[in-house]
Amino acid sequence: MFVISQTDKRPMYLQIMEHMKQRIAVGDWTAGQAIPSIRQMAADIGVSVITVKRAYLELEREGVIVTRQGKGCFVASDSHVGARIREQELAQHLEQAVRSAAMMGLSPKNLENRVRAMYDRVTDKEKERV
Amino acid sequence: MTDYAVELEGVCKSYRFFELQNIALRLERGTIMGLIGPNGAGKSTTIRILMGLVHQDRGEVNVLGHRMPEEQIQAKWDVGFASDDMRLYDSMTLGWHIQFMKSIYESWDDRYAQVLLKRFGLRAEQTIKGLSHGQRVKATLLLVLARRPKLLVLDEPTTGLDPVARHEILRELTAVMVEDGRSILFSSHNTQDVEQISDKITFIDRGRILDSMDKEAYLDRWRRLRLEAPDGVALRALPGVIGIQQTGRLAVAIANAFEPHLPNAYESTGARVRAVENMTLEEIFIANVERSREEVNA
Repeated sequence: MFVISQTDKRPMYLQIMEHMKQRIAVGDWTAGQAIPSIRQMAADIGVSVITVKRAYLELEREGVIVTRQGKGCFVASDSHVGARIREQELAQHLEQAVRSAAMMGLSPKNLENRVRAMYDRVTDKEKERV
Repeated sequence: MTDYAVELEGVCKSYRFFELQNIALRLERGTIMGLIGPNGAGKSTTIRILMGLVHQDRGEVNVLGHRMPEEQIQAKWDVGFASDDMRLYDSMTLGWHIQFMKSIYESWDDRYAQVLLKRFGLRAEQTIKGLSHGQRVKATLLLVLARRPKLLVLDEPTTGLDPVARHEILRELTAVMVEDGRSILFSSHNTQDVEQISDKITFIDRGRILDSMDKEAYLDRWRRLRLEAPDGVALRALPGVIGIQQTGRLAVAIANAFEPHLPNAYESTGARVRAVENMTLEEIFIANVERSREEVNA
């Protein structure tokens, strides 16, 4: 069940988009699968139809979902949609990291070394857990 | 049949100390409209006029295709109205009220009434006088919802409720909208409720409508820009900005007609844009009322 966060500063429609993308990314919703109608989703989350409609329209524009007249809404049948969303997420995180680095005046080389060090630290931790 | 569940045009009503001026609003079928305004803004008067309880001095009022107040009897079969001053019979049980409504309204849905009883944590054998304020509000709403009216008109349905009860009621209102073509108009001074469940927002203050439009488009027009001015420069309000406040080098600009190029426009005046923030309906509401009162007083 998805809950709108009141401390999240982003508009509700963006939160809904993110939630739907996550469901696809984790494999709850698979390529081509039918998803709830706009009205149903609005009632499930407890928000206005217009807000959900906006989230669906934006997701359709991004090619994440498709609407077929009279049949309903579906996850895009492109089988890589989950991977594509994870790719987008990564790109966003990288962009933020690069912006922060630029603001601090780090060189690309310096940032690269930091990323390498972070990669080793995180993978080491993962190994410890296993 | 019109496409509007509610249509008001040029509606005026004068009282000795209060005047409703030229009210115009339209609620499309299948949508929820939140009517927001401070206390005494004219929300309840507007609602009373569209229910035919108060007659306008001038102007057209249409509810589900019926002219008001002339055709209020026909209109009321399809309209569910609930307000704080609705009186239930204190010594009777909720179950008695349910039977009473069932005997009057053909559209009464007994199964739904049972579901609502459970969901709202109410019991049919309770007498009205034994109910708490929150339970009473929920009981009133149950009696209106289970009629499954085409239009729900609710005057401050969440006022004085605890967070749990408020949440239950908002949930139930959005659930109503699953069925096509049903409409809700509700008033509130809780902007968070309105932001969450409304498709359309109408702002009212001192008897005038300040804005009435699609919620998503409306929220999108407002932004707060955090700016840094070059030394000794006072930033001015560029087009689309309704107010700017500066202390030292830091300034905050409020835009009510935000365009994506606005941050660039400030950058080209030599300012640095530190952040562009979305605003909550509450922040917009306050900025809007303050501005309109300044205009009136100027």
